[in-house]
Amino acid sequence: MSEPIMQLESIYRSFKKDRTDIPVLQDVNFAVNNLEFLCLVGESGCGKTTTGKILAGLLPPSSGKIYFEGQDITTLRGSARNHYRRSVQIIHQDPYASLNPTHTIYEMLSFPLFHHKFVRGKHQARERVWELLELVDLTPVEDVIDKYPYQLSGGQRQRVSIARALTTNPSVIVADESVSMVDVSIRIGLLQMMMNLRDELDVTIVFITHDLALAKYFAWEGRIGVMYLGRLVEIGKTQELIATPRHPYTKVLLSAIPEPDPEKTRAKRHIQLRSEDIPRLTELPDGCTFHPRCPWYVEGVCDVDVPRLGIPANDSNNTVEVACIPVQRGEELRLYES
Amino acid sequence: MGKMKDDVVLQVDDLSIVYHTIRGDVKATNNVSFELRKGEAMALIGESGSGKTTISLSLIRKLPKNAEVTQGQVLYQRENGEVQDILQLSNRQLREFRWQDCAMVFQGAQNAFNPVLKVSKQFEDTARAHGWSDKKAVRQRSLELLKLVRLDPERVYDAYPHELSGGMKQRTLLALSVLLSPQIVILDEPTTALDILTQRAIIDVLNDMQEKLNFSIIFISHDLSLAAEMADVVATVYAGEIIEIGPVNDMFYESLHPYTFGLLAAVPKLDHEQDVLTSIKGTPPNLINPPSGCKFHPRCRFVLDRCNVDVPALTEDLGSHLAACWNKEAVVEARKEQV
Ligand SMILES: Nc1ncnc2c1ncn2[C@@H]1O[C@H](COP(=O)(O)OP(=O)(O)OP(=O)(O)O)[C@@H](O)[C@H]1O
Ligand SMILES: Nc1ncnc2c1ncn2[C@@H]1O[C@H](COP(=O)(O)OP(=O)(O)O)[C@@H](O)[C@H]1O
Ligand code: SF4
Ligand SMILES: [Mg+2]
Ligand SMILES: [Mg+2]
Repeated sequence: MSEPIMQLESIYRSFKKDRTDIPVLQDVNFAVNNLEFLCLVGESGCGKTTTGKILAGLLPPSSGKIYFEGQDITTLRGSARNHYRRSVQIIHQDPYASLNPTHTIYEMLSFPLFHHKFVRGKHQARERVWELLELVDLTPVEDVIDKYPYQLSGGQRQRVSIARALTTNPSVIVADESVSMVDVSIRIGLLQMMMNLRDELDVTIVFITHDLALAKYFAWEGRIGVMYLGRLVEIGKTQELIATPRHPYTKVLLSAIPEPDPEKTRAKRHIQLRSEDIPRLTELPDGCTFHPRCPWYVEGVCDVDVPRLGIPANDSNNTVEVACIPVQRGEELRLYES
Repeated sequence: MGKMKDDVVLQVDDLSIVYHTIRGDVKATNNVSFELRKGEAMALIGESGSGKTTISLSLIRKLPKNAEVTQGQVLYQRENGEVQDILQLSNRQLREFRWQDCAMVFQGAQNAFNPVLKVSKQFEDTARAHGWSDKKAVRQRSLELLKLVRLDPERVYDAYPHELSGGMKQRTLLALSVLLSPQIVILDEPTTALDILTQRAIIDVLNDMQEKLNFSIIFISHDLSLAAEMADVVATVYAGEIIEIGPVNDMFYESLHPYTFGLLAAVPKLDHEQDVLTSIKGTPPNLINPPSGCKFHPRCRFVLDRCNVDVPALTEDLGSHLAACWNKEAVVEARKEQV
């Protein structure tokens, strides 16, 4: 596997609301390897966007360390810090809110080019914007470059957001739900374009989605990290994670998702949760936060000890890390009976 | 009133609807026809803006003010065989029809619960509006239904909406929708905006409910997987038209319309193989000035010369599987090559 380009180490983040601290991320640890396809998945509110913002330096963690190209970003000053900020870009979740409606596409893309002194003069700027629009397949460029965002479709706007993220020649792009708002018939084209950017521009894309099937497609050659209530509960090679999920939450999730094949989806066995209630972040259960719902819960262990990511005892290839103590011990999972 | 087949509860004939806007008329529904059988679940699938919500709102006459039904009828058959055109009902008849005969759960409705009213009050109000004011009986029936949707009945009946999670609210709405034992329940995007595990709970609950209460369902979704799992019949909506309709297996394994075929080829799957996926080129059309001929022709990979001139009709090929396309053979051939 390639070297990490970024690393998150024991990241905690909380937000204050009505004088109580809401822990949104807890003990998040993972590396982003250079040029890998990495995908973060999880249900709404599990902390995906927050993690993405922390990677991009848009939000400081409450505690924990962020490394970029091996360096702790809090130690970066001056041009080194600018280099980091330029090198890690985020494409925000909402394509409507993130584009300024009063600027044309050219204005929007040329601004960061001038600001970072990547171009001199209008002629050069226009040439570079043209190139960027071609990279994201917004062609013919002359039909798009002088338009305003409202004159473009949702899919086209999303391509503009991507082009804007590319203006600073980033080495990492965090793409937050970048195709979720786009219609099914054009979604895959957008995703394929993003996947091609890796080879064309040597950029590593961290893709955030709530859709596991989409994650599987994007990260087929890479890795998926599964988040639950602010923690990373499993991370590993996509093909293995999909075929043999280890963490109970990943297992339940995969079993619950309907599939676009009538016979297959109707024959699917759904693992029943012990409880359907999702705990609030303000009242997180002790031990493993999944334990009140987990079908394989082990009394006296899961409700007491907080599991950290680790390699399961019976995993000889070291390709997956799981935050579940019974799984780490290599125990045969037995359904909990009350 | 026209005659209807015995086992059909709703029959839509040649329905067209436009929205009048300052930029022109939005042709949101065009010549739509279909039949819904008793106890059947029908899925309307299609992309955002294709006209799914418009069709369903017209079935209970809840269209916005700027909408106009320009042609067609919506025939409803009561249990006793009496047939009525919904579009001709008086306001009084319409009030009865809603909830008692046909209930609708709107898109995002779980957020539209009245926040200051307890769940019990919302059940009682709905019952009373239909002449059922025996609170004890309403309560008993409501608790049964809440149990059927796998909620803790007493707790939920006594709760305010904000005490319930999104999934609990959605299930409460499902229970409310069948309070007056309608023959038809319409669900607009019933699981969109809900989490995966909550979606699973809703799907299971709906299947249970339908088995026990035997109503017909029309549900609208952009999620093909949901249709695969829940529908008996699937209709694909594109640019305000039903361009293909048929039994769920036919639609998924032997689709005949290039658009349905293309959608299926664009959806990632969860099996253990690498997906080979392709998008459909272009973007959905604007419904103020839709393309001529077949509205899908600018995006169609099987387009023929006549496609931008002649409008293909929804015609029967095999049994009850219908598709509106001049070049279905090409889709059949393309599928053979896929495997
Ligand atoms: N600025 C903030 N102030 C307070 N709470 C916040 C803030 N930002 C995020 N949160 C909370 O943190 C949790 C995680 O949010 P986040 O946006 O990271 O989730 P997500 O996984 O991206 O969800 P989604 O799939 O809905 O986009 C949520 O409970 C959210 O309400
Ligand atoms: N009140 C309205 N006024 C004008 N146009 C509308 C209105 N409601 C919907 N439309 C338009 O009608 C078309 C169909 O919309 P809709 O039925 O909501 O589609 P769907 O439910 O499939 O997303 C779209 O072009 C939409 O923009
Ligand atoms: S009628 Fe023509 S354009 Fe329309 S779907 Fe069929 S082949 Fe394609
Ligand atoms: Mg998010
Ligand atoms: Mg809709």
